[in-house]
Parts: sequence; structure tokens; C-alpha cells
Amino acid sequence: MLKLDEIQKRLLREVADLHEVPEGAYNIRSNSASAGRQSTANIEITSKEDVSGLEIRIKPGTKNESVHIPVVMTQSGLKEVVYNDFFIGEGADVVIIAGCGIDNCGNQDSQHDGIHRFYVGKNARIRYVEKHYGSGTGSGKRILNPGTEVYMEEGSYAEMEMVQIKGVDDTVRTTTAELAAGAKLVVRERLMTHGEQRAISNYVVNLNGQDASADVVSRSVARDHSFQKFDAKIVGNAACHGHTECDSIIMDEGRILAVPALEANNVDAALVHEAAIGKIAGEQLIKLMTLGLTAAEAEEQIINGFLQ
Amino acid sequence: MLELKNVSFLVDAEGKDKEIIRDVSLAVPDRKLVVVTGPNGGGKSTLAKLIAGIEKPVSGRIFFNGEDITELGVTERAQKGIAYAFQQPVRFKGIRVLDLIRIAAGKTLSVSDACRYLSSVGLCARDYVDREVNASLSGGELKRIEIATVLARKAVLSVFDEPEAGIDLWSFRNLTEVFQQMREDIRDSSILIISHQERILNIADEIVVIKDGVVEKQGSRDEVYPHLMKTEVAALCEGPYKPAGKEDAEC
Repeated sequence: MLKLDEIQKRLLREVADLHEVPEGAYNIRSNSASAGRQSTANIEITSKEDVSGLEIRIKPGTKNESVHIPVVMTQSGLKEVVYNDFFIGEGADVVIIAGCGIDNCGNQDSQHDGIHRFYVGKNARIRYVEKHYGSGTGSGKRILNPGTEVYMEEGSYAEMEMVQIKGVDDTVRTTTAELAAGAKLVVRERLMTHGEQRAISNYVVNLNGQDASADVVSRSVARDHSFQKFDAKIVGNAACHGHTECDSIIMDEGRILAVPALEANNVDAALVHEAAIGKIAGEQLIKLMTLGLTAAEAEEQIINGFLQ
Repeated sequence: MLELKNVSFLVDAEGKDKEIIRDVSLAVPDRKLVVVTGPNGGGKSTLAKLIAGIEKPVSGRIFFNGEDITELGVTERAQKGIAYAFQQPVRFKGIRVLDLIRIAAGKTLSVSDACRYLSSVGLCARDYVDREVNASLSGGELKRIEIATVLARKAVLSVFDEPEAGIDLWSFRNLTEVFQQMREDIRDSSILIISHQERILNIADEIVVIKDGVVEKQGSRDEVYPHLMKTEVAALCEGPYKPAGKEDAEC
């Protein structure tokens, strides 16, 4: 594929399920440079002129198309901040696959801070998938700090799947959303941390219009000595529905801090939060062991299911 | 063949040992269906857990096909062919019904094979295979899925702890058929069911009555069943036996 080596190809498979050049529009960023780009009749990808990053313009009414914008980093010590703006036209329905894979074999930290802004037009629908993956045996850290801003017009719909299962040492994820009337935001975050890793997720969702709704759900597993913080705030400024949930499994010496917050500024705002943290229930292990699994296999099944 | 020899089990109750099972000896021969019954709190569920290896006896030995399995853990006993259906089935976030049945079968079952197990416990399979085994399922649905996982194991010995609990009487006939079908499908299999239900007692080859942690009576159905019926009036007042059609009987 293009000018990519085997490690870069492996990272692409992990973060974007890409085995070949993707169909449709794409931009592959490798070690701070574009390794390939393609626009289509309906989706135009251009470079920003003032800062590093892309502008992705999706024409109104574009249906069943996808955009891939994966990032791979294999040079130790690389630090970058990238600004990508998505303009999704009225009535469009598209899938956007982002994701970042870092392989750091050196002793210097590698860091990618991707700032994504989404302007979702009236009645448009997007599904956004973002996977993070880290590998490499060097002592340099793999750091990812994604910033996501979502501006949703009337009747629009955004589903965001954020996944970070392996290998990222330090993450601060910041997501903010502004929803107009009838807009709906669904967030599914899945996170697993190991070793000494640290992951922080901050969400602020403002439900500004009538019948706007948000459902922000995080499922996470903290193993070894890792630490996670989930801080989600939903603000109801109109007659709206908001739900946030943090459901976590702690293992070993893992630590988790859940800070769900609700703010109702309108008497018709209906907001709910749920948070639960605990170790794997003993009876779940026993049930799977009565089916013939060992304790370790049972644990693996429970975690895989939980993070599915 | 499962044999319990002089098995006892204690729990710690406010700093004192409390005997839950006292010197129990019983056998579940090959190709037999044995029903263990008796008043609530008599130690029946503990007995099932001792067989599955979830609890360990303080004294006595347990033999399975001649091998002493007293010291074996839950996994090893399962791998030797002991299956166990929980009285209160466990829920799992993210694990689908299909996943659970596949784990139980120990191999990659096709969806249609997995569906067959669900159909046999009275669930419309297509509606359930992809559902998560989580809080969205009712108690009755979960109980049927639990039984389906045990069917999928095709175990030499299957232990069911109150399989009828939470299953409506309307589909009860179906449940007894499940056990009879199991006997036909699994060669040399034996089944141990803990139950209060007359319809299940009716299909037993042997009945064991456990009360206050000891075996009060054991023998063939023809021997034990009349004895149970004699105590029926008293039993109705205590509540453990509820013969069909006599639920309204006055004490």
C-alpha cells in the first residue's frame, strides 16, 4: 500500500481495519506527512493552509459513502497537533473512520493530538469510528490526546464509537457537543488500560434545542496499576433527554474515578446518569467455569464481552 | 455414576459452625433421573454446589465414575462431564446468548444448531440468539437460557437446581419433555434435579428427600412418592410441595 512499511501497514489494520487502499475518500497520514489521498465527487479533502490538518467537505445529500483518515506514527520522538474539520452537508449520511496507531521503539515520547471538529448539517447522519492503538517496546511513551467538537444542526444524528484497547500510555480525551432541536448524539466509548497507563475522558454535551437527546456510555476495564477518569456532563437547556453511563471493571491495582454530572436549566429537561465500578462478579466466573473454562479463560470471555 | 459418601458441609454463622449438610450418602446411577426434594432451607442447593465443586465438603468423599473428585475444582469437574444449572442464573453484559451456548458446547456451533437448544426450552430462537445475557431478559427467559446452556454441554451428569422456578406452568409440560429428551439424546447420561414440583417428581426414577441437612428418605419413585403424598397436608401448610391442582387446598 502506497509508501508504507510493514509496521505502518500493521498499525493501519489495527486502527482502521485497512488491508488495502480504502474505497471512497481517504487521507493516510504517516509520520506527519500525507502518504496518500483521494477525494470523490461528493467528498473533498484538502489541506489546511494555516495549520497542520485537513478540511473534509461532504456535499449535501451524499449517501452511503465513507471517509477514512487514519494516522500512523513510527518515528520515536515525533510530536504533532493536527486540526481536522468535517463539514457534513444537509441530509448526508456517511461513515467516517479515523484512528491513530503509534509504534514507538525508541526512548523518546511520541505524541499525536488530533483535534476534530464536526459541523453536522440539518438532518444529516454520521457514524464516526475512532480507534487508538499503541505498540513498540521502547521506553518512550505513546501519547494520544484527542479533542472532538461536535456542532449538530436541527434533526441531525451522530454516532461516535471511540475505542482504545491496547498500548497507549497516556490519553486525555476531550469531547464537547452542541445540539440543536431534534438532534441526537450517541457516544460509545470502550477503554482498557494496562500497566502504568493513564486515560482521562471529559465530555460536555449541551442540549440546546427542543427534543435534542444524548446518550453517552463508557465501558472500561482498568488493569495492573492503571488509572482512568471519566468525567461526563450533560447540560439540558431545553425540553430534552440526556443519559450518561460509566460502567467499569477494575482488576489488580487499577483505579477509576467516575464523575458523572448533570445540569438542568429547563424544567422539561430529563437527565439521567448511572455509574458503576466493580470487580468481575464471582458468580460470573463460576458460571463460565461450570461450562468448562478455566478461571483465566472465563475472565477473558467476560472482559471481551464487556468491551464488545 | 455419581456417589456421595458421608458428605458434610458447614458454614460460619455468627462465629459458630452451622451444619448445612450432615453425613449425606447417595448415588446417582448411570441412565437414572434422580430428584432431590424436601423443605426449603434443608440443604438441597448446597448439595448441588458440592457436586459441581462450587463448595467443598468438610468431610466425606465424592466419586464420579469411580474417581475421587472431592479435591477437584469447578473447571476440572465440568471437563470430566458434570454440568450444573444455576437456580438463579447469572447475567453478563456484552455476552450474547449465542456466545454462551457456544462456550457451553465447547466448540463452534452453527447458529442453527444453537437455535435448536433454544427452541427445545420453548424460546423463539431467532429472537434470542443475538441478545445479550443481561438485565433486559426476564427471569423466566434467563432460566430457559440457563437450561439451554446445560443441554448444549451434553454432559454425562447434569445437575439442575430448581429448573421450574420462574417458568410459568403453561410451558411446564415442555420442561419435563426436555428432561426426557435429554435421557434419549445423551448416552448413559444421568440427571439430578432439585425440585418441589409434582410433575418432575413424577418422571423421577428415584427420589431423595433431604430435610435439615440429612437424607430423610431415599428410594424408587414408587417407594418414596406415597410417603410424600401422606405428608401432603402438612407439606401444603409449610409450602414446599405444591401438587398441581391442589394449590388452593386448605390446611
